[in-house]
Amino acid sequence: MAALDLSIDTAAISPARRRQLGTVFWSAVIWIAVIGASAAFANLLPIADPTNMDMLGRRMPPSLEHWLGTDGFGRDMLARLIYGARASLTVGLLAPVIGGTIGGALGMLAGYFRGRFEALVIGSMDVLLAFPPLVLALAVTAYLGQSIFNLTMILGFLGIPAFTRVARAATLSLAQREFVTAARALGATHARILVRELLPNVFLPLFAFFLLAVAVTIVVEGALSFLGLGVPPPAPSWGSMIGEGRESLEFAPWLAFIPAITLFLTVLAFNLVGDALRALTDPRQGAL
Amino acid sequence: MLGFVGRRILHLVPVLLAVTLMTFLIASLLPGDLAYVVLGDQATPEKVAALRHDMGLDQPIYWRYLYWLGDVLQGDLGRSFRTGQTVLQAIIERLPVSIELMLVAEITGLLIGIPLAIICAVKSGSTFDRVMTGSAFGMLSVPAFLAAILLIYLFAVQLRLLPATGYVPFGEDPLGNLRCFVLPGLTLALGEWPVLMRVLRSDMIATLQEDYIAMARAKGLKPMRILLVHALKPSSLTLVTVTGINIGRLIGGTLIVESIFALPGIGRLLVGAIYTRDFIILQGVVLFVAAGFVLMNFIVDMLYAVLDPRIRHGRA
Amino acid sequence: MSGKPLLAVDDLSVTIPTARGPLRAVDRVGLVLERGRTLGIVGESGCGKTMLSRALLQLLPKKAKLSGRVMFDGRDLVSLSPEALRKLRGKEIAVVFQDPMTSLNPVLTIGSQLIETLREHLGMNGGSATERAVALLAAVGIPAPAQRLRQYPHQLSGGMRQRVAIAIALSCEPRLLIADEPTTALDVTVQAQILDLLAREQRQRQMAMILITHDLGVVAGRTDEVAVMYAGRIVERAPTRVLFKDMRMPYTAALLAAIPKLDAAPHTPLAAIGGKPPDPTRPAPGCAFAPRCNRAEALCRERPPNLTLADAAGHQYSCWRPLGVDDRAVA
Repeated sequence: MAALDLSIDTAAISPARRRQLGTVFWSAVIWIAVIGASAAFANLLPIADPTNMDMLGRRMPPSLEHWLGTDGFGRDMLARLIYGARASLTVGLLAPVIGGTIGGALGMLAGYFRGRFEALVIGSMDVLLAFPPLVLALAVTAYLGQSIFNLTMILGFLGIPAFTRVARAATLSLAQREFVTAARALGATHARILVRELLPNVFLPLFAFFLLAVAVTIVVEGALSFLGLGVPPPAPSWGSMIGEGRESLEFAPWLAFIPAITLFLTVLAFNLVGDALRALTDPRQGAL
Repeated sequence: MLGFVGRRILHLVPVLLAVTLMTFLIASLLPGDLAYVVLGDQATPEKVAALRHDMGLDQPIYWRYLYWLGDVLQGDLGRSFRTGQTVLQAIIERLPVSIELMLVAEITGLLIGIPLAIICAVKSGSTFDRVMTGSAFGMLSVPAFLAAILLIYLFAVQLRLLPATGYVPFGEDPLGNLRCFVLPGLTLALGEWPVLMRVLRSDMIATLQEDYIAMARAKGLKPMRILLVHALKPSSLTLVTVTGINIGRLIGGTLIVESIFALPGIGRLLVGAIYTRDFIILQGVVLFVAAGFVLMNFIVDMLYAVLDPRIRHGRA
Repeated sequence: MSGKPLLAVDDLSVTIPTARGPLRAVDRVGLVLERGRTLGIVGESGCGKTMLSRALLQLLPKKAKLSGRVMFDGRDLVSLSPEALRKLRGKEIAVVFQDPMTSLNPVLTIGSQLIETLREHLGMNGGSATERAVALLAAVGIPAPAQRLRQYPHQLSGGMRQRVAIAIALSCEPRLLIADEPTTALDVTVQAQILDLLAREQRQRQMAMILITHDLGVVAGRTDEVAVMYAGRIVERAPTRVLFKDMRMPYTAALLAAIPKLDAAPHTPLAAIGGKPPDPTRPAPGCAFAPRCNRAEALCRERPPNLTLADAAGHQYSCWRPLGVDDRAVA
């Protein structure tokens, strides 16, 4: 997967700037909430049907009827943008959930039990990581067919190694701590220790990583849809809107730029929030 | 040192095998039958059965895998049923383009990232530094295809300085060839420089605190020399490692960029194969790219061991 | 007194802003050094002696604020331009740092670190620079100097590395050499060799030298004058022989007593100085050493003593109850 190591070097940030991160952080959260809400409640919103074509009103600039104008087929841009958010966020959120649950579980088990099991897990992850992820995603969707479901599955699957690594690292550092030894001395079963003691502590770094993974997944889905190989048309997706807008760059650049800016802001928002949370839960800062 | 290399090679073989297996398994995910795809409209049950027998598709899966692997090891990656060209030929034709793109991208990324890293390290904490570090972070949220659109709009549409698509072979017209790689290379470089810059900046900030830098200043050396000779060299190890790793990951980036800018590279071959449902080419290219990726990572591992002087002089 | 002194430091103070308030690292220090003479600066860790040496070279951290004058050969270094300072460093004034493992660049060869100064300040190049580098290494007692040029610092022993550092410092014939704890990081057996080397080179080149150390034993017999620093101030200064004969500051006496003696009986407890050096961000109202001084009185804790004027023997000190002086006489 693309670079997920996005930490701002917090050591080099002066206290004044760290306080400033609060405003940026919350703006990002608000943006995500707005986008998420509009995507979730799209059918309830008073917007047009995103697939409604109007060949007479193609590539119209923003107007009262169409707040963001129309695209190359006369479809309402705002509606397509919001329904596109739906597609991008569905894939963007669900795939990392899959990766996070499976990868998180595998990583925790590997970090806790160590030994042959751990070696097996690491080995399989290495093999999976040996594949350039985009190529794998493309290949699988090519063979299995394009659909939101397939896309979510494969991107989720591709995220497993990264989550495994994060979970394992967190578990390794925790499993040595006293509260684990104490629990074992009290006769707690492995399951109990894993669920009651380790999981709450591993959850935070996993969640921070999850947010970063969402950002990456939205990007990958966007890239695939841009090439026409992601979310299948006519369902809108930010990536495919950008791809369609590409042809009209010369006389109607907003067709590409409106979804582009929305995509960028959403990815940025997830990166900011994920990174801020990661800085909070980073063991180096003693938060755990 | 030799033991280290030997161990890594031993590790490499099973990974490569696993890659072939995975590629094969993915290829066998195809619902329906390859024979149908090949025959298309002309598919009749008899023709399909015959073709399946010819292509060995009626064999059990493990036989098919072994036959295919055997072919691959002899250099036979199959022949496209659309173009008639062998996969290997197609790959070899297009490989130089992809390599040129990756090199241009990485070099441009370094040309942007290294000076910025040095300046930011020297002016650490200043407004310039904060703006640059913030931009680097923001840049990482700009996917390659977005950057491509932006660059095309700026340079090709508005300023009309550079071509939006197209390719001229180097042999024909070196300058024209390079012109074709400016926008694609820059697109990828925009995604590379933040990582490179961050890594080098952070290492340089640490290095600049070292006693030997204070010593260099006490010797009255020129500031430029102190930066470029005394400070840059010890800070470069992580940078070199990251550059090596990135070149491998650029393979994914070239997919998008080659398609957008219509460069006849491996990435475009792959995407094209998907558009035309040319599964033979697809399988062969996926295998090639994956194996290349594995080898690339292996070389980077080796390089790292070579560069680390502790291994070089046998000291822990 | 032969004409103007080489180095004249006047009311030098270095203040560093920190989160807990301004830190007075160097507090109104005054020094005078003649050509060809050696000054020893002695004090515990954190007394400001390293900050002082950096201040002389104008190599302080960006946040530090400096006041006062540093007159080198008639020019005030504080007001000199960065470019003029750069030309001075390494050529007229040279430094030897404490730890040669960290003061030599680990990824550059000995040769390149030696020759770059020659190239920068003397304009030497190629063959002549190499020849001179070899000669310098030989002069500081490094065997097989020609081979050493191509080696890296980690391939040499600690003593060798410090010799290289000294060679680098001497390469452009400086008029002042500042040696900041040159032997602290070295084995005891090597320490004497290095100090002898420094003394010999200094005599031969008629160089002025400032020898900074925490060890009174180092300055005995190797310096012309000693200044004792505590909490950023000079608290006692005298020609070396006078100081050792006639110590006035209880602190200096304590420093001397703290040196373990070879001929003491086994298991003799070490006469350490109790307590800790003061927190430089919270200067005490009275004498900085009062909390740890066994001669301290109420006056000592209330008012900081000033440095006396030099007496006939050239001895200055800063104490309300100096040793060896009539207790009724107050500075």
